Amino acid sequence: MTENDLFYTRPELILSFSGLLLLLLAAWRPNWGRLICYISIAPLIAASYYAWVIMTNEAFEFGGDAFFGQYRADGFSSFSKLLIYLASAITLLIAPRFLEKKGVMKAEFPVLILFAAVGMGIMVSAVDLLSLYIGLELNSLAAYVLASFARNDVKSSEAGLKYFILGALASGILLFGISLVYGFTGSTSFLTINAALSGELSMGATFGIVFMLAGMAFKISAAPFHMWTPDVYEGAPTPITAFFASAPKVAATALLVRIVGEAFTNQVDAWQQIIIIVALMSIVVGALGAIGQKSLKRLLAYSSINNIGFILIGLAAASQIGVAALLVYLAIYVAMTLGGFICLMQFEDKDGTMRDDIDDIAGLSKHRPVLAAVFMIFMFSLAGIPPMFGFWGKLQIFQAAIAADLFPLAVIGIAASVIGAFYYLKVIKVMYFDKQVNVIADSNSRTLVWIGGILALFVSPLGYLSISILGKWSAVAGAFLFVNGG
Amino acid sequence: MNADFPILSMMLAVPLAAAMLCLVASAHSARFLALGATLINLLFGIWLWSRYEIGGAQWQFTESANLFGPIGWKLGIDGISLMLIMLSVFLMPICIGASWRAIKDRVSEYMAAFLLMEVLMIGVFAAQDLMLFYIFFEAGLIPMYLIIGIWGGTNRIYASYKFFLYTLLGSVLMLIAMIWMIQEAGTADIPTLLHYDFSKEAQTWLWLAFFASFAVKMPMWPVHTWLPDAHVQAPTAGSVILAGVLLKMGGYGFLRFSMPMFPDASAHFIWLIFGLSMVAVIYTSLVALVQQDMKKLIAYSSVAHMAIVTVGLFTFNQQGIEGAIIVMLSHGLVSGALFLCVGVIYDRLHTREIDRYGGLSINMPIYATFFLLFTMASIGLPGTSGFVGEFLALTGVYKVSTWAALICTTGIILGAAYMLYLYRRIAFGTQKNIDAAAMEDLDMREFWLLAPIAAAVMWMGIYPESFIAPIRDDVSKIVQRIEYATPALDGKFIANDPSTEQYRVGNESEVDSRIIESDASGSTQ
Repeated sequence: MTENDLFYTRPELILSFSGLLLLLLAAWRPNWGRLICYISIAPLIAASYYAWVIMTNEAFEFGGDAFFGQYRADGFSSFSKLLIYLASAITLLIAPRFLEKKGVMKAEFPVLILFAAVGMGIMVSAVDLLSLYIGLELNSLAAYVLASFARNDVKSSEAGLKYFILGALASGILLFGISLVYGFTGSTSFLTINAALSGELSMGATFGIVFMLAGMAFKISAAPFHMWTPDVYEGAPTPITAFFASAPKVAATALLVRIVGEAFTNQVDAWQQIIIIVALMSIVVGALGAIGQKSLKRLLAYSSINNIGFILIGLAAASQIGVAALLVYLAIYVAMTLGGFICLMQFEDKDGTMRDDIDDIAGLSKHRPVLAAVFMIFMFSLAGIPPMFGFWGKLQIFQAAIAADLFPLAVIGIAASVIGAFYYLKVIKVMYFDKQVNVIADSNSRTLVWIGGILALFVSPLGYLSISILGKWSAVAGAFLFVNGG
Repeated sequence: MNADFPILSMMLAVPLAAAMLCLVASAHSARFLALGATLINLLFGIWLWSRYEIGGAQWQFTESANLFGPIGWKLGIDGISLMLIMLSVFLMPICIGASWRAIKDRVSEYMAAFLLMEVLMIGVFAAQDLMLFYIFFEAGLIPMYLIIGIWGGTNRIYASYKFFLYTLLGSVLMLIAMIWMIQEAGTADIPTLLHYDFSKEAQTWLWLAFFASFAVKMPMWPVHTWLPDAHVQAPTAGSVILAGVLLKMGGYGFLRFSMPMFPDASAHFIWLIFGLSMVAVIYTSLVALVQQDMKKLIAYSSVAHMAIVTVGLFTFNQQGIEGAIIVMLSHGLVSGALFLCVGVIYDRLHTREIDRYGGLSINMPIYATFFLLFTMASIGLPGTSGFVGEFLALTGVYKVSTWAALICTTGIILGAAYMLYLYRRIAFGTQKNIDAAAMEDLDMREFWLLAPIAAAVMWMGIYPESFIAPIRDDVSKIVQRIEYATPALDGKFIANDPSTEQYRVGNESEVDSRIIESDASGSTQ
């Protein structure tokens, strides 16, 4: 272990140690849940600072390896980490009130989020199959517990169990792929694997790649491996669903990008078709599946499947522009999806019960005009209708696809986005065109209003002012992948 | 105001700011706020027109700012954009006035939606960056979806969905084409792209992608079916703005993008355009003949008029294109006014069924006079704006194809049939319905909504030079660019056509003399 190892892994070190300290605190003061939530934001900010330094400081222009090539800190990992930490911090801000209301607030909650963040940080920095798996499992273990955090709620327990069983299955598939790849290349390091995979691809290695991609598709909930998503999203407490839909998605997507962009760049043909099919299936399944949904949480779950499809189009381009576009999309997606769930959390009736049925928000624009307008902004943005900022993400993705000459993919993908627009429009129709039912009571949570409002401003046309910043750093981040192949 | 004043940005900023204010204002103040903002924009528009230098630089009032990274905030107008912007700013205060009493529910949101619509319409016509254009073009769906859906008639939800999804499906293909063009040409600057030569094969695909969008927006047969629904369900002012300006975006798109950027493909597909337009003229006119709903009838007549626009545009000659633009302007005024006329009696009787009226010329003489004027303008009677546009457009068509001219003219005769039939049933005959006979004539507000349009229609009919002069040079530049591709059809007047020579730009002395001429004509107005 050298000084460099400790320097580059600072975000993870900070988060791990604060997680342990806060766990101790949680053990002695089990009622301090809310306070510990707010305290945990500090280590996230500190970790973000170091991620920011690595990304922006010229001295780390080429990134740096730690622990003998197990871990890499570079622009790509830092960009992803910033998104992950931001999403985690927002979850910590919005969750306490909700969990307290449900009577399930425990001091362990923020600690689990912190450990999940550590795992996700390792995932996006992993350049070795071993560290990849450690990061993935660290995050998943925390996530399984989080899904069933409302222990007295049957649906939440069911969500946790489902998530655990299917997640374990996915990990098994991934591990099987890893073992095949290791067996046929003789190494767990991405760079060595990439070198070993040049030339003719053996049958075993192909199977390894396919199994690894299938396992990863599970984790990012891309069709046809998406079945767990609606159930888990519906069952888990809403702030935790918001967390699942944002941070781990970023981490798993970044991990997938890192694998194919660093370990498989010599075999683009082997994985590109898979990604294309998975992308198109996700877009279509996400769009069609959402149409019949009554539950807004399930609807947003399908929306996240749909969005993953667009993100994968950026990956299918197999280029640095594609990765940059994907990161821009992820950043906007995180804002849109968190914002959507924050709106959902404000849909509660006079007794304080969450109302998640689409009919309950009928005519919402009459008695809660601002909330309805904000939710409308998120819906139009998710649908990718200009001038909302979601359009910019889609535009970037399709630009990358066209630069890579993937015309059929671009045309089918964008045509399928029209199907998706249908159910986003349906939500708006219910809020604006339908008769008022007056179920939703006034919200008194200022945190939700403020965070939701800020996110809405970001995805509104004002977001276009951030294009140059987003573009600059996503390009920096994208340049670390597909170095020789793309 | 000096020459560097960012007038176009101001024209976007004023309604945008007013829209934001409207959202927090009370119903009463929102009305005045909206009216004030649209009137200010009208003044800006008049100033713009007065300062527009005919025969000067092709792109005037250009602005450029590096606000949004790769999406350039580039604005600028030529004569064609100027005329369409004038149409938008002219119709907007009238729309606000038309909604003054008809809209009682959620007034502030309504006014905000209309002001946003104005921002986006001006943006579409002024954008000089391909992506900026797309954003404005597409963003218009959101306020219109809300206007139809919230304040529309009984079947409004179906109509709003149909409107949104139809137009969106058309536009996304155009987006893909635009991305490809930007990557191929290395720029999104529209004036540069106008002179970029795409390969013939690429042109075909790009043309089809743009066609998918503009044909829906226009709308051309057979993708017009969203229009009657949207028109019938939209509130009066929504119909006015839809027919008046939104449909013109399709024609503007053909003129600005499809033709000058892909001349070979335009020539290649000329029979597609002609064929669809000829079917549209005859078919929709026949459909209009049997309508029982006034708004539906006018909606179908819009499709027929837009078909004249498309044939006029694709004639590849000066008269045809000028005529098409004048038809666009004239139809914007006339169909807007006709929808207002329908709105006037709808507000009194709350039905659009033609049979519920009759003999209105007896109890509503002023109304009947206005309605007659706009009916005649829609038919294309000499002295009204409709005649100028249709005559020029058909002259242009005749030079290209006598058959197409024959069929389109038949359509115009049918147009006279359904409009006169409509007018007879509503204004003439006996007062068979007691409630309709008891209706009062126009009040002051309604009179002042219709009077300016009537004046504009007459002006355009009697002295069209004011409207043709600003567009003449721009049209001739387009013609010059695409002339080489003119397909040889059955037209008899292609060879040695002196009328094309007459407008050719490039001969310096001729240009100069024309500038002097137009200056002279400008000062005599």
